[in-house]
Amino acid sequence: MTRIDVGSVLRHSANVPFSDLVTRPTGAAVRRCLERELAALTEGDVAVLDFSRIGMMDFSCADEVVAKLLLALAEQESRPGYVVFHGITDAHLEAIEDVLHHHGLALVVHFADGGARLVGTVSDDERSVWELVAARGALAAADVALAAGRELDEMARVLDSLRRRRLLRHDGLTYGPVGPVT
Amino acid sequence: MTAVIAVPSSLDDLTFEHVLEQLAPHPADAKVIVDARHTTFATPFGLTALLALAQTRAERPELLPPDDPDTVSYWARAGFFRFAEELFTVRGSVPRPRSAGESDVLLEVTPVTKSDDVHEVVERIQAKAAKILIDKLHLEPRATMGFAMTLSEACQNIVEHAGRGGWVMVQAYRYKKRLGGRFVVVIAVCDAGVGFRRSLESGQRRPLTDRWDDAMALETAVVNGVSRYGEPGRGQGLKGIRGYVHRRDGKFSVRSGTARIAYVPPWDDDVPRREGLAPFPGAQLLIAIPEKVGAAA
Repeated sequence: MTRIDVGSVLRHSANVPFSDLVTRPTGAAVRRCLERELAALTEGDVAVLDFSRIGMMDFSCADEVVAKLLLALAEQESRPGYVVFHGITDAHLEAIEDVLHHHGLALVVHFADGGARLVGTVSDDERSVWELVAARGALAAADVALAAGRELDEMARVLDSLRRRRLLRHDGLTYGPVGPVT
Repeated sequence: MTAVIAVPSSLDDLTFEHVLEQLAPHPADAKVIVDARHTTFATPFGLTALLALAQTRAERPELLPPDDPDTVSYWARAGFFRFAEELFTVRGSVPRPRSAGESDVLLEVTPVTKSDDVHEVVERIQAKAAKILIDKLHLEPRATMGFAMTLSEACQNIVEHAGRGGWVMVQAYRYKKRLGGRFVVVIAVCDAGVGFRRSLESGQRRPLTDRWDDAMALETAVVNGVSRYGEPGRGQGLKGIRGYVHRRDGKFSVRSGTARIAYVPPWDDDVPRREGLAPFPGAQLLIAIPEKVGAAA
């Protein structure tokens, strides 16, 4: 697991003495730095972007740091790793949710209080399956279908969608949470 | 010939139109005197718009400050004269402002030119405004963050689109005219830059319609969320402001060129769209968030 302190990235890449992620140029500078770090991920690696030391985030900055970063990663067909956001608070969430919905993206978010959630644009099925796996740990498609009381084919499609969107890990026959989930 | 522009006794976003109507017949290189001697009240919009007005003049205008000692003292505390003295020839003596950050104004008149200025503004408002937003406006802590986001996006409009610097000011006060004396916090962001129409034209983002004027440009940018940049995520700032203001039962207006568009809450009797106004360059934003009704006192 690779932990990246976004607060530290902000201070060094954008060269600002503040802790808030605001303005588009600041967001672009931070994203470029994050992209360089994420390029080093190997297959199965989880990059935890730690926002604990970030004050607030505005829409423009979130569009650069969150949406453009995820869009760039999604374009990489053979993207090796996973990205989760950690240390998210109410001060970040509004802007993050807004830009994710705008671009039809989703993200695994670990909140500062320890909870984990799927944030952004996901179907009801994707959300309920993700929550099931997050609660129980790695499961095979048949286990998910059994627990959800749904057809195996249906659940396999949902799990595959979550895998392609890098919201669940796929390891052999099972699908598991990305990063530590409480 | 020197033209005298009389500033209304109460200077806000609506009465500022009277200033612009008087100014309209006079070319930018004409000498003007801005006479605020009888002004006894000015909102953040009024003060920042006066500075933007001075920016539009090729010939340095004169300013006659308010006669009323309380008013002129407030303008000084708001940091107005710090910048007015750079743009106007200010007649008479005005009180020396205390150092920035010591005044009772939430955010004194602050220049916004570059991205770093927005960081500074956000930092200062969070340090100073959180208590007032929670105690006086009864906003929940998450809403105070939204307030800082809204302020940030409004200021970025200058950095990203104006092509020249502008000003921001934030103040909270009891709204006597309406709202039954409830508290309201007001953000004003004014610049005399290129304005919405020229900004969209520069990015070739003008919609394919026969009609194209300042009102259409405002509708395109503010209502439809179109920015001069073609990237999909652009234009989210104004949309974010609209959403925040709507959720807080607030008011949001944008003036640019000869038009003005406003999201008007039930407590206000403004009109949503005005056209054919006296021309004024740039963009002037007003955001007003009222005290939450029904909250614990």
